[in-house]
Amino acid sequence: MSQKILLDKINVPGIKTYEVYRKEGGYASVEKAIKKMTPDEVVEEVKTSGLRGRGGAGFPAGMKWSFIDKKSGKPRHLVCNADESEPGTFKDRYLMEFIPHLLIEGMITSSYALGANLSYIYIRGEYMWIYKILERAIAEAKAAGFLGKNILGSGYDLDLYVQIGGGAYICGEETALIESLEGKRGNPRIKPPFPAVSGLWSNPTVVNNVETIAAVPWIVNNSGADYAKIGIGRSTGTKLISASGHIKNQGVYEIELGLSVYEFMNSDEYCGGMSSDRPLKAFVPGGSSVPVLPAHLIYKTAAGEERLMSYESLSDGGFATGSMLGSGGFIVYNDTSCIVRNTWNFSRFYHHESCGQCSPCREGTGWMEKVLHRIENGHGREEDIDLLLSIQSKIEGNTICPLGDAAAWPVAAAIRHFREEFEYHIRFPEKIKNRDHFVAEPFEKVKHLVSKVTV
Amino acid sequence: MEKTHYKQEINITETLMSRINELISHYPDDKIKSALLPVLHEVQDAHDNWLSIELQDKVAEILKLKPIEVYEVVTFYTMYNQRPIGKYMFEFCQTSPCCLNGVEDLMDYTCNKLGVQVGEPTSDGLFEVRGVECLGACGYAPMMQLGDFYKEHLNKEKVDQLIADCKDNKIVLHDK
Repeated sequence: MSQKILLDKINVPGIKTYEVYRKEGGYASVEKAIKKMTPDEVVEEVKTSGLRGRGGAGFPAGMKWSFIDKKSGKPRHLVCNADESEPGTFKDRYLMEFIPHLLIEGMITSSYALGANLSYIYIRGEYMWIYKILERAIAEAKAAGFLGKNILGSGYDLDLYVQIGGGAYICGEETALIESLEGKRGNPRIKPPFPAVSGLWSNPTVVNNVETIAAVPWIVNNSGADYAKIGIGRSTGTKLISASGHIKNQGVYEIELGLSVYEFMNSDEYCGGMSSDRPLKAFVPGGSSVPVLPAHLIYKTAAGEERLMSYESLSDGGFATGSMLGSGGFIVYNDTSCIVRNTWNFSRFYHHESCGQCSPCREGTGWMEKVLHRIENGHGREEDIDLLLSIQSKIEGNTICPLGDAAAWPVAAAIRHFREEFEYHIRFPEKIKNRDHFVAEPFEKVKHLVSKVTV
Repeated sequence: MEKTHYKQEINITETLMSRINELISHYPDDKIKSALLPVLHEVQDAHDNWLSIELQDKVAEILKLKPIEVYEVVTFYTMYNQRPIGKYMFEFCQTSPCCLNGVEDLMDYTCNKLGVQVGEPTSDGLFEVRGVECLGACGYAPMMQLGDFYKEHLNKEKVDQLIADCKDNKIVLHDK
């Protein structure tokens, strides 16, 4: 049984309310930080912990905090990124819905560390009911004296509000989020300057994911060194994994980083194995943006080592034979799934969500969607596969924000590992007319047809 | 395509105005533009879930913005509707994990049952089916958003029940 840091109290009846949360030891980190520690000491603990950004990029949180400009004397802000929208990811909503005060506590302790007196939680527009839950939790914390003027008699002031978005994946990118929080379209900004120097209203700003901020209370209550003892290597601590697709137990799990992928997939404590007797075909470990891996690269790396749920092990082998931990959006596919259809689906998503600012992404995502759509619908041409690779390579690295990369990577990975499946679609259009074409006849059974045809 | 100009009755009630003022108070005095997205949600909820040009102009006036600053936001974000929509908008998530759990068949079923295509309201204006991108409910698929809430682990029977409940006025759309 893995150690739980974020979700250990999730099943306590009434933990959503301030009273129960407080009785269970909640808000202790605020008391400890404000009464016994300087802001810099809190930053140091987070640095020591090795905590990495849990939104997907995995950048060390303490280092990000240490970049914040304290010299200019401008007001500073902490903004929580609760714009969870990466396909496969539904972990932050679980935490916010069922233990909202953990996030509020993390926001107060972290704002104190950064010297922020005005902080925001930016939540995606579709999580409207959670927005209300957080507003109520903030009101409770304020009534108890943990927010507002002169918190716990320390002279430290903090106002915290929730801002609701309008339905745009791009606002999960930190500079687009800031634009949106300023009441504008979610167009990412060119960096530098980084938000730590010029963020919200041109003030120094730190943007952190919900899960990252929720880990701070434990680190402050215990110590950065204790946190660093959990996990493996540079993947310290615990991570929320949201598991979906063809598995028995879909849901959100907190794991110690370093758990084997095999155990996570098959243990009854977690995914519980496949949902039916259909075999495992592929998986996406960290949300739709990260490369898909075929069955033979899931439990073992190409070097033959056991694959672990950690930043390093999941990316072992680079993009040739590895993937990324990303946001922890764990999607599992059995052999009835069609990789071409799935890739087209993801491309449609990125096309829809591109903000339109950079031409390679605005145009390229649409082209990829169209080409994938015609392959999936039996109108593909032999040269389409290389055309897709050409388009994706021209998007990757050529845009202001990582949405372009996120759109390009899954296409490249699908072709890299499942090229024959694309060829099958192009050469046997009559066999893929039904959208469930692999349900009756999985690809493994027809694979031999592809190799027989020479073009 | 012919552009229809839909009329909308504008009514900024006292309750709505006090909520707007509360939202404005969340930001520094010279940064009230930041309140635009939340204010648009509140105003839309109070006006049959859509925002006419006239209503957007009204929001601009309240927040002391140029109308274009409101239009460019309304057209960027998918949750703001620029035309009248079905009272009960079934927004099915159609991204990959939901597809693995059969959302495409369920959308077909729902459209057939209501006698509509995706994106067109029923003739009585009561229902509309829309396909949307990932709603962050991949482990509870197939699912839809209905007003401020998610309806998860759906199947045909649950959709039938939802349609019946909507017709009987038993569905709460907004948490106010």
